Amino acid sequence: MRHLLAVEHMERADIERIMERAESFAEVGRRDIKKVPTLRGRTIVNLFFESSTRTSSSFELAAKRLSADVVSIRSAGSSVDKGESLKDTVATLSAYDPAAIVIRSPHAGAAELVTRWTDASVINAGDGKHEHPSQALLDVYTLRRRLGSLEGKRIWIVGDVLHSRVARSNVLAFGAMGAEVTVCGPPTLIPRGIETLGCRVSYTLGELGEADVIYALRMQRERMGESFVPSIREYATHYQIDSRRLSPRQLLMHPGPVNRGVELAPDVIDSPHSLIAEQVESGLVVRMAILYELLAGAERPGGARRRPEDVPELSPIGEPA
Amino acid sequence: MSAISSLSWRRNEGAELIVRGARVLDPRAGIDGIRDIVIRQGEIIELAEPGSAGADGLESVDAEGMFALPAFFDPHVHLRVPGHEHKEDLETGTRAAGAGGFCGVLAMPNTEPPVDGAPAVQALRRQAEREASVPVGFFASITRAIAGDELTEMAELREAGAVGFSDDGWPLRSARVLRRALQYQRLVGGVVALHEEDPELSGDGAMHEGPVSAALGLAGIPSVSESTMIARDAALAAYEEARVHVLHLSARESVEAVARAKEAGARITAEVTPHHLTMTDEAVRGLDARFKMNPPLRSEEDRLALIEGLRAGVIDCVATDHAPHASDEKEVPFEEAAMGVTGLETAFPVLYTDLVIPGVLDLELLVERMTAGAAAFGFDVPTVEPGSEANVVLIDPEAEWEAGTEGWESRSENSCFAGHRLRGRVLMTVAAGQVAYRQRSFAMGVAA
Repeated sequence: MRHLLAVEHMERADIERIMERAESFAEVGRRDIKKVPTLRGRTIVNLFFESSTRTSSSFELAAKRLSADVVSIRSAGSSVDKGESLKDTVATLSAYDPAAIVIRSPHAGAAELVTRWTDASVINAGDGKHEHPSQALLDVYTLRRRLGSLEGKRIWIVGDVLHSRVARSNVLAFGAMGAEVTVCGPPTLIPRGIETLGCRVSYTLGELGEADVIYALRMQRERMGESFVPSIREYATHYQIDSRRLSPRQLLMHPGPVNRGVELAPDVIDSPHSLIAEQVESGLVVRMAILYELLAGAERPGGARRRPEDVPELSPIGEPA
Repeated sequence: MSAISSLSWRRNEGAELIVRGARVLDPRAGIDGIRDIVIRQGEIIELAEPGSAGADGLESVDAEGMFALPAFFDPHVHLRVPGHEHKEDLETGTRAAGAGGFCGVLAMPNTEPPVDGAPAVQALRRQAEREASVPVGFFASITRAIAGDELTEMAELREAGAVGFSDDGWPLRSARVLRRALQYQRLVGGVVALHEEDPELSGDGAMHEGPVSAALGLAGIPSVSESTMIARDAALAAYEEARVHVLHLSARESVEAVARAKEAGARITAEVTPHHLTMTDEAVRGLDARFKMNPPLRSEEDRLALIEGLRAGVIDCVATDHAPHASDEKEVPFEEAAMGVTGLETAFPVLYTDLVIPGVLDLELLVERMTAGAAAFGFDVPTVEPGSEANVVLIDPEAEWEAGTEGWESRSENSCFAGHRLRGRVLMTVAAGQVAYRQRSFAMGVAA
């Protein structure tokens, strides 16, 4: 793969290759020295036009664990706020000859657009309400570790599907791995035609008992003012996942950050059902695997001007190979 | 009805031509056959049996194998003057019109500043007399500054030569303001052309609401945003016995709303663009802003309903909604990009290639619908009947070409057909009796 833009463009084999690579990085992570020299001397630019804690820190740390030089640019205080176009910003940054640009944008298609203007590999870290592929990959990884395989598993994605890039990427990724996906939420927050992505639609939690995994989405309080829901209270009454609705065999996930007491009751967040902390942990190794796949993978043709100088290897720095 | 030559353009000598051996087709006049068209002083003198007419002093155009049709009329273009001359101006815009086979275009008033006062109309007409190679009519806005609140001085605007009224680009939110405009129309005349969209339903939508918008996570513009406003405005027009024209229909429900209004006797006409007749929201999947326009490309079901509406006469005419934009307004994320696509230079070839050649529409019907926009706004429909002002387009139906990302007569390159293989190329356009356009490679000689 040259870029990571959307789960929509990925084959199951691509996902599995990244999963296996992530497993091997997880093994490195258990050593004392967690850094490998794979991307030594290469530059990765993080370009975040929306606030983000998890995704930006996770990509930054992943790049550093692979020994890359990292430049992180956030919208606040950057030239973007001074009216520079995305095209000009990318042209400027491309002068540093980055191996990869990780971009988060409030606009759908921004990452794909960036590929036109740079030789670097482009990683979509969230484009508007479109896709968030690295989140989907880390979610698949988290579930595979717990369940072995997603084949035939029933996964319910619950909440504000309309405004969620996580929902879209996960419907596609879980589906590609053989799971049966249901999206559930109030009719105002389920986009018309979403079932063409290969999921079922439910407007109530009535059948939630069938789910092996419940994936709750963040419910933003602003949605109330836009008449998507009459009140957060009424939303919580109908769609909050609490210990009453959760059965012992079910697993619970959430992309974070959680609105405690809205989409999730406080008592389920830290319960044994919850994979939320594991998701964050998985994020690091999966993002290392993504960088590896795009920048050091065997079949990488041309691309950024500089080719990797090191033969890809996983032995930690300072340890005899 | 007024002659197309009553519009504004750069007046020169009338054409002196004999167009030899073309298939002359004018379905309204019942003309279809191989003829020599004799044009003197800009007037069609004779449709002669090939080789039979005297040609002394006439430029002879060998047109064997070509179509000679009444030139087209586009009631809906954006020429961007004043204020946005970096996108288009009267010279480039009318050159594009000529290259598309159009002998007349009507320009929308959503410029900067908008055309909402008599001096603006007068200035534009004078400018067109210097710069326009094809006759242009100018709409004035219905409301001051296209703000939707107060009526423009419609009587004075009509006296200054406004061909009609439109706030195109923006819907008229207020039914009260529209009703007043329709009442006032009894005094001043002039068709009121409506951009139909309920801003409450469109919200911040960037494309058609449906499976593709669901997959892309883009806010959708539902079909009913258009059709509910058409229903409202058709009811107002019927009540006030006013004359309205619905711009750029895009949805099946809209075709149904116009059909109902016509059945009920409302004085309503409607138009459709080539892109809505040939493309769907599937084109937006790649999030390329070249496919962003308002109204948006809709579903296949909508597209088929538009074709059926055009065929049945519910939709009266084709209009391009030619909307040039500079490349930096399109090289941005989809949601940020300007709405609109160019269309003058591709209209006939696209519809001929995608609808006529596959047998979806008859050529006769297409010619009829590409000229009927004139009648909707009170202008003589272009015809090749002897005795009429020459408004003729010559087309090579066999010429195959690829619509490019550049190389247009228009100043802008935002065509949604870039990369399409097209059949049919305009070789020459005669507009209001003057040669408005010749394709550069089209060889001609003076008759011996």
